[in-house]
Amino acid sequence: MSTIQKSTFAMYGLTVLASTLILVGCGKKTTNGDQSAGGGNSVEIQNAGSDTMVNLAQAWAEAYGAANNNVDVAVAGGGSGTGIAALINGTADIANCSRAMKSSELTKSVNTHGQDPKQYVMGLDALAVYVHKDNPLDEITIEQLGGIYGEDGAITKWSQLGVKSSDGNDEIIRISRQSNSGTYVYFKETVVPKGKEFKLGSRDLHGSKDVVELVGNTPSAIGYSGMGYATDHVKMLKVALKEGETYYAPSLQNSLDRKYPIARPLYMYTTGEPTGHIKSYIDWCLTDAGQKIVVDNGYIPAPKN
Amino acid sequence: MLQRSKYKVIREVLIEWIIRICGISAVVFVFAIFLFVFWQGKGLIFSGDFDFWKFLTTKEWYPASENNPRYGVSALIAGTVSVTVLAMIIAVPFGLGAALFISEFCSPKLKETLKIVIELLAAIPSVVWGFIGLTIMNHLIMELFGAPIGLTVLNGAIILALMSVPIIVSIGEDALQAVPDSYREAGIGLGVTRWQMVYKVLLPAAKNGLLAAVLLGVGRAIGETMAVLMATGHAVHIPFDAEFPFLHGLDSVRTLTATIAAELGETARDSSHYQVLFIIGILLFTITFAVNLTADLIVKGVKGK
Amino acid sequence: MIEAANNAKKFTETTVGRNCRFTEKIAKSVFFLMTLTMVLPLLLIIGFLFYKAWPALSIDFVLELPKNGMRAGGIWPAFLGTLYLVLISLVIAAPIGVMAAIYLNEYAKENWFTRIINLAVINLAGVPSIVHALFGLGAFVLAAGLGRSVLAASLTLAVMTLPVIIASTKEALSAVPMSFRQASWNMGVSRWQTIRGIVMPNSISGILTGIILQVSRAAGETAPIMFTGVVFYKAIEKGDLLAYGLLDQCMALAMHLYTISTQVPNVPDAVPFATAVLLLGVVLLVNALSIGLRIYLRTHRKW
Repeated sequence: MSTIQKSTFAMYGLTVLASTLILVGCGKKTTNGDQSAGGGNSVEIQNAGSDTMVNLAQAWAEAYGAANNNVDVAVAGGGSGTGIAALINGTADIANCSRAMKSSELTKSVNTHGQDPKQYVMGLDALAVYVHKDNPLDEITIEQLGGIYGEDGAITKWSQLGVKSSDGNDEIIRISRQSNSGTYVYFKETVVPKGKEFKLGSRDLHGSKDVVELVGNTPSAIGYSGMGYATDHVKMLKVALKEGETYYAPSLQNSLDRKYPIARPLYMYTTGEPTGHIKSYIDWCLTDAGQKIVVDNGYIPAPKN
Repeated sequence: MLQRSKYKVIREVLIEWIIRICGISAVVFVFAIFLFVFWQGKGLIFSGDFDFWKFLTTKEWYPASENNPRYGVSALIAGTVSVTVLAMIIAVPFGLGAALFISEFCSPKLKETLKIVIELLAAIPSVVWGFIGLTIMNHLIMELFGAPIGLTVLNGAIILALMSVPIIVSIGEDALQAVPDSYREAGIGLGVTRWQMVYKVLLPAAKNGLLAAVLLGVGRAIGETMAVLMATGHAVHIPFDAEFPFLHGLDSVRTLTATIAAELGETARDSSHYQVLFIIGILLFTITFAVNLTADLIVKGVKGK
Repeated sequence: MIEAANNAKKFTETTVGRNCRFTEKIAKSVFFLMTLTMVLPLLLIIGFLFYKAWPALSIDFVLELPKNGMRAGGIWPAFLGTLYLVLISLVIAAPIGVMAAIYLNEYAKENWFTRIINLAVINLAGVPSIVHALFGLGAFVLAAGLGRSVLAASLTLAVMTLPVIIASTKEALSAVPMSFRQASWNMGVSRWQTIRGIVMPNSISGILTGIILQVSRAAGETAPIMFTGVVFYKAIEKGDLLAYGLLDQCMALAMHLYTISTQVPNVPDAVPFATAVLLLGVVLLVNALSIGLRIYLRTHRKW
């Protein structure tokens, strides 16, 4: 009988341990609430949205948390749409967005929260067009990109671009993003004629890094992602608007000068004029210390004005 | 003194009621799952401009389009079907072969060891399988088949095969064990070899149980999410055509489950994109429900005999 | 002896007999090879994962916070988050599951209603994990108003693991011989007292085995938690065991593996591999525990 008693004991023990954890967890939560009400001690900021910005947001959160013990910033990815949805649903305090809010989203937010959402430009992101490092192609035009990615685009072979892929496979393997990412929406708006969609059959990956990783592993692939995601296995193409115009490399200077055609602002949104911790957090991200993190992550600092 | 105290009697009645309520919890949850998923998706179903037939039969999946969202899941269904079918082509012979070996051809000690190993195989989390598909299998497939990209139907199918083999083995082995020993003795007593006995006596006797094992394997393969999300390339593409070999294992596809996982995070609550993902959920629920029900009926049929 | 050997030689093998034995051998080796092809990949994969993960694996890797944009440091917040999710879902699912199994095995009569419950259990076990995620989002996050939180994610996991617990507990309960119960009833002991005094103590190890298996399943799941409470990154204090409140969001190992292998750029190769190995290690350890318990139980059974 002794082993049986022992296991019964073990089961009780386990249950007690777990319940204690929960109880203490609850207890802590309430104290948190009390403290923040009493003068702001440990608070949590919910930050959700763009996958492009998720690493940047994480770096901000990490640095801000280290400097301010009393504030925890939770970062969730999932795409710009996710962040805005979370903001509207009230499950996030700040939405990270790699595109501007759509008018439908604006209306929804105003209807739900009764005030205009506040928009901050946190930095700029240049979308680089990536190919495998052994690919002989160096330059591409927006028109050609439209032909590759667009719904009725005619370009499906590398030979149509006048090059030969290093593994001999002539078919262009298109790598794209899932439809909720701001990168997807922005790239579509930039390269695909208005009102058109992407061609079906592209590999729609879930992360910005995934795209670059896969291009680096696939000699006949082409993909787009933030220039901060570059690795040694890929090459960034120079981009021109159309045949005959100057090709510009995705770089900090070219993007700031507005010469590189696929650069876009990165936003943070709040439901209204932010206050308290949320405001200090956003303000901090825009200070020199915060903007240094932007550069460190491969993005372009926000224009000062 | 023999009378129990009123308190104890009441307590016992109370406990029995709690147990009864817990007993029906499974039924409650199955209904709740269906209802909640249906509830979230119902807005679109009854909105009037949702054509269920079109939903099932067109391949245009543009859920996030601003001006013309189209919800056609035939390519996604084709993706799920192709990965499942190829996985079963691999898993069924191997799974049933392993079940036969474990049940009929090996020593008791080896049998124990193998059963434990198979159980551990079943325990590997799907995200780890996905990671294996993304890193290891991707390179292997590119090397071995000269494919331009390794995230393909084949990649997902091999992984799903390894994931569903443990189910096929353990249920299949149960089915073989359920055949009375007297059948085996009668066979061996007539002087036939073990293989002849297995082939002529055991397989016909256990065929329903083995079929159920295969069906449960199918159910697992259809419902798997993370592994296929990471390993199949996630491209809206139909890998079937009229030419031999009909199913192109080296194409990338996207499955129903992976679509929900990749896009659910993004969508604003109650938007039609959000609702259409829940409709896919209902579809999946119905399919797996049917598969499991059939498997259960077959097993019950065996027991009834 | 010699005579016996000589007699044996008189039975010469016929062609038919030889062919039969030959097929037998082939069949056996084919099946053996099939089994091997299922088992070998497991060993190869685990070996390879370990090999790639080795440079990053250390106790610090478990206890450190992620640093430098999750490219360095450890995985403590994710590890702790998984621990929370598993324990809370266990606290919710285990009592309900065990009691449901007690009902099915000890109280319910064989009728259409019991049949429906059993069917429900089987189908609940077959519901794809992503559908559980949809359910969790609809029911717990939105309808119940829990938001994306540890509690919502744990509840989702609890519903998902419930059928596993019910099935294994039922098996453990039905392994207790009927005569034990009859003996108890004959002494005038009530049904519940019999269950508590006789059936449960005799099946507790079996029940625990099932519950432990549930732990390993819950720890490895990604889909049900990614929309119900787990985030990409959450800063917590190092070594703070109580870092997450019930309504906070948390990180989790399985999700962390997914994000660092698909979303974070320039991660040293060893980090995702080490995370995979750790997740695999936790799951396999828990499984081994359950298997060990079962073997121990079988050898120490008292009837």
